[in-house]
Amino acid sequence: MEGIATYPMISLLIFFVFFAILFWWVFTASKEHIKEVSEIPLEDNQPKQ
Amino acid sequence: MEVQQFYYDNKIVKKFLYATLFWGIIGMLVGLLLALMFLFPNITDGISFLSFGRLRPLHTNAVIFAFVGNAIFAGVYYSTQRLLKARMFSDFLSKFNFWGWQAIIVAAAITLPLGYSTSKEYAELEWPIDIAIALVWVAFGWNLIGTMVKRRQRHLYVALWFYLATFVTVAVLHIFNSLELPVSALKSYSVYAGVQDALVQWWYGHNAVAFFLTTPFLGLMYYFVPKAANRPVYSYRLSIVHFWSLIFIYIWAGPHHLLYSTLPDWAQNLGVAFSVMLIAPSWGGMINGLLTLRGAWDKVRTDPTLKFMVVAITGYGMATFEGPMLSLKNVNAIAHFSDWIIAHVHVGALAWNGFLAFGMIYWMVPKMFKTRLHSVPMANFHFWIGTLGIILYALPMYVAGFTQALMWKDFNPDGSLVYGNFLETVIEIMPMYWMRAIGGSLYIVGFIVMLYNIVVTVRSGSKVEDELAEAPALTRVSKKRTAGETYHTWLERKPIKLTIFATIAILIGGIVQIVPTILVKSNIPTITSVKPYTPLELEGRDLYIREGCVGCHSQMVRPFRSEVERYGEYAKAGEFVYDHPFLWGSKRTGPDLLRIGGKYSDSWHLNHMYDPQSTSSGSIMPAYQWMVRNEHDRSGIQGKMEAMVSLGVPYTEEEIANAATSMEEQSIQIEENLYADPDFVKSYEADKKYAAENGLEFVEMRDREIVSLIAYLQRLGTDIKVKQTDELLSENK
Repeated sequence: MEGIATYPMISLLIFFVFFAILFWWVFTASKEHIKEVSEIPLEDNQPKQ
Repeated sequence: MEVQQFYYDNKIVKKFLYATLFWGIIGMLVGLLLALMFLFPNITDGISFLSFGRLRPLHTNAVIFAFVGNAIFAGVYYSTQRLLKARMFSDFLSKFNFWGWQAIIVAAAITLPLGYSTSKEYAELEWPIDIAIALVWVAFGWNLIGTMVKRRQRHLYVALWFYLATFVTVAVLHIFNSLELPVSALKSYSVYAGVQDALVQWWYGHNAVAFFLTTPFLGLMYYFVPKAANRPVYSYRLSIVHFWSLIFIYIWAGPHHLLYSTLPDWAQNLGVAFSVMLIAPSWGGMINGLLTLRGAWDKVRTDPTLKFMVVAITGYGMATFEGPMLSLKNVNAIAHFSDWIIAHVHVGALAWNGFLAFGMIYWMVPKMFKTRLHSVPMANFHFWIGTLGIILYALPMYVAGFTQALMWKDFNPDGSLVYGNFLETVIEIMPMYWMRAIGGSLYIVGFIVMLYNIVVTVRSGSKVEDELAEAPALTRVSKKRTAGETYHTWLERKPIKLTIFATIAILIGGIVQIVPTILVKSNIPTITSVKPYTPLELEGRDLYIREGCVGCHSQMVRPFRSEVERYGEYAKAGEFVYDHPFLWGSKRTGPDLLRIGGKYSDSWHLNHMYDPQSTSSGSIMPAYQWMVRNEHDRSGIQGKMEAMVSLGVPYTEEEIANAATSMEEQSIQIEENLYADPDFVKSYEADKKYAAENGLEFVEMRDREIVSLIAYLQRLGTDIKVKQTDELLSENK
């Protein structure tokens, strides 16, 4: 089948672009936001007595 | 903003916890029985539903889907509601998930020992149960995503992405791997054959490890470790990076189960490369889990939950380093088919899955029953004996693996094998099998201690009630609020889009590896001398599948001098084109059977199946007397052949119409061959006479199961004849 090699090329491009954007975001996310979401499991939603 | 009050569903969590404990002990006890059968191969002789080949998939399915599966649901249902500040979307779906899953487990417990099996690892359950699994899994996902839609916590915490990825990927894997054509109520054939079936199977099999045994547990780790240590996760940024890289890379690792097989080289190499890359995201998870305990290490000294979690995460790190190492072709050449693989599996299963589940149970039960754990010293004892059990399981299996693999490869200076008899390599490692059984027993003792501790805790606690909670509803997102929001923070509040992106990520690897293997003909070079199985051989193959022979015997001779010397010509892709399903196997407890055809007489096979120790002294193979005695129902053969035709096997209409005659001729021939053995003649004729004299029904030899099996075994590997020519027999273009 001709052109079968384009599949891996496309997937490499998707992979590269996706992770490039992801790393950009990870390094630029605000510290405040990171702190807030890290603490979600520790929040206590018990009703105040 | 108005605060809403609602109740977390604790009752469903309690149900799943009880199920985890119940099936856990059962699944592990079946494992112990299997370990004992290595040492005492005849303990269940004569009882077909307790034979090794049929029980092995019962053990794997029970510990993976019944024990780990229920633990996943227990932890996911507990943590999801609290992370989203919402009750589960639908109480009906919760109950359907629970009862449906238990019904599937019961169906497995009944069908597998009775021999209803597809033979595909971790997917042995036949087609009606596969449909049930799909329905229950969809209910789970619907419940999960529905809860996300009605949540009161805007941002989806990392654990939830792992749960979503689990749901999506397991659905895709299960559906595509389970594509099979039914021929009767509990029998089907894989739509894939040979090399393609192997690739799809191990795309599924490895990703069952990845997305059933790993990702949900990483999600649980991200919730329960911070909760138990009362500290936030070490690095949220790291969790984002390792989540996406893990789910993307893992999918491609499947071919590392097929190294040096007839899978095309390009696919094998992709599997190796991506398996090695996988170290990074896996260790990202381990680092995050362990470093979350920064500043809380003194708590580990006193809290059993944290002890279990530390060993679980450490075991995860070990197994995810070992896995990539095993994926290197030179290491794999030694490890594949040996007990090293068993060691690897059980480090992951006993440490990562088992211990994380135990830690979670010890944390959740006192909370839910509003009491304290009955005995912390007992929990600590469980920890220590369990850890010792893991070590005594894994280390002997490493030694067994290295020893046996090196013995298989040992050559004399004159080019002959040092250990030409496979049995010599089995006898050598029997002490290791003893130690493994002891290690497994210790692990189970720990489990039983936990059971007692939990039962007493539950008894002393209050009835489990749904938990009252309150939180404000989500407001519409205003422009002011989204100022400064980046792309990922936007994505974190869009569960549907997150699901879709995760789906795309996991589909890429599968499509790149599987589509060309199916569409590009040159990946599986045709061999003209390879023909479909005769009707009798096809029936015999189905018996091989029923008895689970593939659990101990491989059919894949690798291109190594030692294998060619021991087994004959190495395997070629084109030999397997009619094998629906493939039967390459993944463990050599016994020798490879690819080229067994014509090596032994029909009489030898009869005697060997009736009493393996009579032909092979010291053999640990169990006896299959029922196959020598029972009549074989071959009435479904035409339906089977027609199904095969639909799947691309070129039986002619004449061959199908003629099936009964063909089977009669071939079986009579084998019966005649058996008469060459005078001992057989004596006992067979005596049985016949006895039956006639007493008016009892007598089944002729030709109509018995063993004759069909012999037909199949004698066909194996005989289609190709290697001659010394310059002619190119196959080529990968």
